[in-house]
Amino acid sequence: MAGKDLRIEFTSRVVTAQILPFGFLILIMFGLAIPPELLVVGDARRSVLEEVAPALFWLAVLLSALMALGRAFAVEAHDGNLDALRMAGIDPAGVFLGKALAVTAELVMVEIVLGLGAFVVFDAPLANPVMLAVTIVLATAGVTLAGTLYAALAAGQRARDTLVPLLVLPVLAPVLLGATLATRDALFDEPGVAGWSWTMLLAVFALLYVGVGTLAFGPLLEET
Amino acid sequence: MHWEYVIAGYSIVGVGLAVYAVSLIRTGRALARQVPPKRRRFLD
Amino acid sequence: MTISDSSSGAGTEAQDSAPQNAAPDGASTGDSTPANTGSRGTRRLGVAALLATAALLLFGLVLSPPEASQAEAVRLFYLHLPSVAVAYLGFFITMVASIIYLRKGSLFWDLVAGSAAEIGVVFSAFMLISGSLWGRPTWGVYWVWDPRLTSTTVMVVMYIGYLAVRRLELPPEVRSRRAAVLGIVSFLNVIVVRYSVKWWRGVHQGETVGLDTQMDGLQLFSFFVGLVAFMLIFAWMLIHRFRISWLRHEIDEQALAQALAERRAETNATGLLGRKN
Repeated sequence: MAGKDLRIEFTSRVVTAQILPFGFLILIMFGLAIPPELLVVGDARRSVLEEVAPALFWLAVLLSALMALGRAFAVEAHDGNLDALRMAGIDPAGVFLGKALAVTAELVMVEIVLGLGAFVVFDAPLANPVMLAVTIVLATAGVTLAGTLYAALAAGQRARDTLVPLLVLPVLAPVLLGATLATRDALFDEPGVAGWSWTMLLAVFALLYVGVGTLAFGPLLEET
Repeated sequence: MHWEYVIAGYSIVGVGLAVYAVSLIRTGRALARQVPPKRRRFLD
Repeated sequence: MTISDSSSGAGTEAQDSAPQNAAPDGASTGDSTPANTGSRGTRRLGVAALLATAALLLFGLVLSPPEASQAEAVRLFYLHLPSVAVAYLGFFITMVASIIYLRKGSLFWDLVAGSAAEIGVVFSAFMLISGSLWGRPTWGVYWVWDPRLTSTTVMVVMYIGYLAVRRLELPPEVRSRRAAVLGIVSFLNVIVVRYSVKWWRGVHQGETVGLDTQMDGLQLFSFFVGLVAFMLIFAWMLIHRFRISWLRHEIDEQALAQALAERRAETNATGLLGRKN
């Protein structure tokens, strides 16, 4: 299932052609919109941009994810694939996880590139690469799992492009929170922020949506 | 002191509730007129 | 059949000028169902709600004393907490009704879920408004990003999304099923967001702004009156909103049946070759 989606991606290259540039564009626009003032934070002196870099990175990721998720279901809805999948007797859990996996892979690729870009543009330090890596994986998984579930709810609709963000963004609030704080700790090694606690939150969130998504896809796939 | 906030709060909530309640009743009437009397209530 | 009632106001408007519709048709009951969503039950409920509301105004605005640190602002609390309770109750009902709907497929529970969610959103608006108006004189700000407020706002937006899904143009069962899934997941999500932010708030500066005031007996009682009033209002609204959903469903069925009948009549008239006679 995931393989199919990824193969479609390789042949059409929308991610690299559209979503990745979109993500970059957002980072750049943040860079333009935010004033270059300097802050004193604890012992460090940082520019405002550098200080909010974690938040901006994850916001850019979230917005890019919305695009990727919208696409994931546009692909299916187009030829009534969902019906075909159901009738082929494929386990709904498999459909869910497969889709999620494909989108996750796409997003992680986007994030790696965006992240490198962010380091360059925002000029941020990196205190704890392991924490950063773990955060990226878990947060992306959470975003994709929850996002796939909610994108399915809006699938096949003209209003999809506005509905998916409305459904998904409030749900992802804890992910945004956890990812941003964990990234802060990973980058700046902030004394007040326990990065690993937040990564645990991200893990819990991801696990929760694995469970909920696999359960919910059963009824959702029954489209008569 | 702070009466302004209290008055504002009670007015907004009061008016809001009233508006919603009235809209429920009026919509109910408008819809019920379009349905034959036998089918107006949920029977099952 | 109608109870005439002299008190005015939203709760009893149902019988004020209800154009009692036409002749009862031949069938059984002998009562004609009026052309509105009111009934004996809802009128009594409405009266009760109005009385309770009057009591709330009396206790809340007049009888109960101003509080030590918050002065008169505490009176907003008699609106705020009941709003919170009713909003959460509404969304909880939506979740339960959605679960039952997914298991049984019965229209009744689907309509209940939708109605409860809409009323929940309405009361959420009151909750947020009364909350900010209370917060301004008390803490000095209209808003603060603490775990409780954040998770509550997230909840409201999610149920607005739920209402949007209910309006999607899809075959009814498909739409209802999707909405049901969303109704369940949204409430679970509220719990997750609530507790996740609370468990981990210790590691981040933002703390919950709490209530460190004691409420005295009369204030507590006023709050209780508010709760009762809002619950009665909620019940009244839920019944009416449910009936509206039912009527809408009936109208759609009628339209569908009519379209089918027309189509059938047309094919009969035009015969096999599709040309009009």
